[in-house]
Amino acid sequence: MSSLMSLAWRNLWRHKRRTWLTVGAMIFSNVLLVFMISLQFGSYDMMIENSLKAFSGHVQVSAKGYSDEPKMRLVIEDIESRAEQIRGAFPELVVAVRGETFVMASSDERSFGIQIAGVDVAHESNVSSIPGLITQGYYLRPTEQQEVVVGKVLARNLKVGVGDEITLLGSGFDGSFAAAVVIVRGIFESNITELDRSLAQISLASFQELFNMGRKGHVIIANAPNINDSGDYQHEIQKLMLVGNKVDHGLEVQNWKELNPGLMQAIKSDMASAWFMYIVLIVLVSFSVLNTQLMSVLERTREFGIMTAIGLRPSSLGKLVLLETAAMASIGLVIGTGLGFMLSLYLNEVGLSIPGMADMAAQYNLLDKMYPAVDFISISIGPLTVFFACLIAAIYPIIKLQGLEPVPAMRAA
Amino acid sequence: MNQNSQHDAKRELHKKTLVILAWRNLWRNHRRTAIMLAAISVGVWAMIFMSALMRGMVDDMLGRGIDQLPGHVQIHNRLYLDDPSVVNSMPEPQGQLLKSLDQEGISKWFSRVKVPAVISSEQDSRGVILVGINPSAERETILSGAKISQGRFLESGDDRGVILGEKLVNRLETRLGKRIVITSQDPDNNLVEMGARVVGIYKAELPSQEEMFLYMGKATLQELLAIQGRVSEVAVFGDDYRDVTDLSAQVAAAIDATDAFTKQKIVHKTWFEVNRYLGSIVNVMDGFVLVWIIVIFIALSFGLANTLVMAVFERIREIGLMLALGMRPSYVTWQILIESILLLIFGLAIGNLFALLSVYAVADGIDLSAVAKGFEMAGMGTTLYPLLLAKDMLSANVVVIVLGIATSLLPAWRAAHYDPIQALSRAT
Repeated sequence: MSSLMSLAWRNLWRHKRRTWLTVGAMIFSNVLLVFMISLQFGSYDMMIENSLKAFSGHVQVSAKGYSDEPKMRLVIEDIESRAEQIRGAFPELVVAVRGETFVMASSDERSFGIQIAGVDVAHESNVSSIPGLITQGYYLRPTEQQEVVVGKVLARNLKVGVGDEITLLGSGFDGSFAAAVVIVRGIFESNITELDRSLAQISLASFQELFNMGRKGHVIIANAPNINDSGDYQHEIQKLMLVGNKVDHGLEVQNWKELNPGLMQAIKSDMASAWFMYIVLIVLVSFSVLNTQLMSVLERTREFGIMTAIGLRPSSLGKLVLLETAAMASIGLVIGTGLGFMLSLYLNEVGLSIPGMADMAAQYNLLDKMYPAVDFISISIGPLTVFFACLIAAIYPIIKLQGLEPVPAMRAA
Repeated sequence: MNQNSQHDAKRELHKKTLVILAWRNLWRNHRRTAIMLAAISVGVWAMIFMSALMRGMVDDMLGRGIDQLPGHVQIHNRLYLDDPSVVNSMPEPQGQLLKSLDQEGISKWFSRVKVPAVISSEQDSRGVILVGINPSAERETILSGAKISQGRFLESGDDRGVILGEKLVNRLETRLGKRIVITSQDPDNNLVEMGARVVGIYKAELPSQEEMFLYMGKATLQELLAIQGRVSEVAVFGDDYRDVTDLSAQVAAAIDATDAFTKQKIVHKTWFEVNRYLGSIVNVMDGFVLVWIIVIFIALSFGLANTLVMAVFERIREIGLMLALGMRPSYVTWQILIESILLLIFGLAIGNLFALLSVYAVADGIDLSAVAKGFEMAGMGTTLYPLLLAKDMLSANVVVIVLGIATSLLPAWRAAHYDPIQALSRAT
């Protein structure tokens, strides 16, 4: 085996230029694949994180049907003790509650229909990025009522600043007329157009009072320490919620994938079109390898004839060609992955901004700077696929070797 | 004169011989040539087919986006885009502006009142965008992407009914024939309210649209908002959204021709200025297609260079002999180059053919309903129609042939500069 190996290695360098050209194709595609795939994964992570942080969280509990049709009357009774129940059972989770509805918000000059969320001020900053995105003024205070924070575009549209009054008009839980005057305490900027334009937050207590909700609320949000565990927690919380359920309409526990079907499908479709491109690239590299190996086999017909004549089996010749291919592919793998890894690592530090992409990025809740995800899978999946595709490409030349007859082979020109 | 024509004839013969030589050389190693041809064909196919799919996607997004904006060029109050409030309205086109809009080059135009509002049923309320339209002018535009699933379309500008999207109807738990309450503001920030009957329900391709837009008669809405004779925007359509330079200039001239007061108050914007996301897509896609073509080419170029290097290498003795017999080095270079060009041309022909066939095969659209919600995020429908642009096909072919020749130059040039004696004495 080891003599076969050194034979393969030496054979590889009989045609330096050819070997390097073939390896060059591998390096090129490996660097590209590492870069593209890590960038792709990085942007998915960012898309998911930005979307989840801003609104949905990892796991949500709500009244059955609320996530499809968020209606005022689909509530969770005594929502805060429910949240306490979850906190008690799973201290590692961060849990917050919200009430949500639509109101007409009016300033002195303007009126807009907006979504208003009543938030659990003490816990909201654990599950949502909004409290941290205040650019003017401050976030809500747990003790103070009648305060509101609004999105940046909404503030601009309403022509209000910190300290100004906004009138909220809507209908309460029981269909009653709900109206309140609140003071703008802060303005947030999430860069998610939808939120900046049409979201305002008040404290849950104010919300419950304003809309005659008593102790009710609409959603409980729970974030797991690791997003990948959200499925497990979903089931656990589901069990927990069933135990003490005495309300006639049930509760529903959903994870972020169910809550954001658009997000998952956008990722899926992007994945599909990206893989089409990668596969084309990989096929082209394989053709390059196929060509090289076929040539190197054909030009050595005489040599192989002699080798079989002195006792080498055709299967050993096959092994030799496979070893040559593997050696070549390994060089491409190591150099390509190395360069790609360094590139991704560098961009992971400094970020990559593509001119003209900012508007497009905003559509998908991305920042204008993207950071490739540097982890084992994102770095190695492309190059490994190339590696195996190259080995597969060597099959045809190897098959051609199996029928080699020593005497005619030695006579070949 | 005679000598010249004889010279020409000789050159003609040389050229022919070179082409024949190159052609035969190409098929001496038919397996290698076939593999390289396959690689070029796959590459070219992927370049063109992928570009067509991408362009189809963008075209769909743009078509939808522009119909929703709406218009290729919009005219509105100078402040409207920043502050889309009822306060920032403009007078309905009249006099000089009206005359200019009815001229050639403008395929259609209409004006709308568009304001944010809250709509409430007995059960629930929602923030929506209220669109006051002239039903006869807009029927086509609105119904191109949506259809009335229940009830009727608006009949006239002073129709007292409203039409809602299916999704909004569900959210509000209302139904055809029921009354809803519309709340908005007038220019003095007085809240105005109006009860209206749901006369029609529409189904759009994008659910987000169903939830957002509520259509009613323009005159009715103007009356409610106390802005008689004023509108939020004028949407102007030309023949092709891709080129709106002339249209934009025409609208600019039309605005310029109005009286000094109006001129100061209103501006025009092209669709890509109104929605920068849509505007940037076209450029991003242009860039993407080019990068894609070049990346594929680079992946191909290694194989191409390799093939030529091999072809030269195994013929060193032969080339040495030719040079020794007096063939000009430039002819040797040409011979290799022609070989490469023939290979490229055949690869291109096959690749183009397959790309055309593929585009033709999916011309009826690719069903993407499995990931519909993801595409909705991008503003796309559920069927993807490929769009083959001559421009993309041309760039693919030009890139492959030009860069392909550039890649071949070095091996071809090297072949001609072997020392004949050394080349001849070299063992195969």
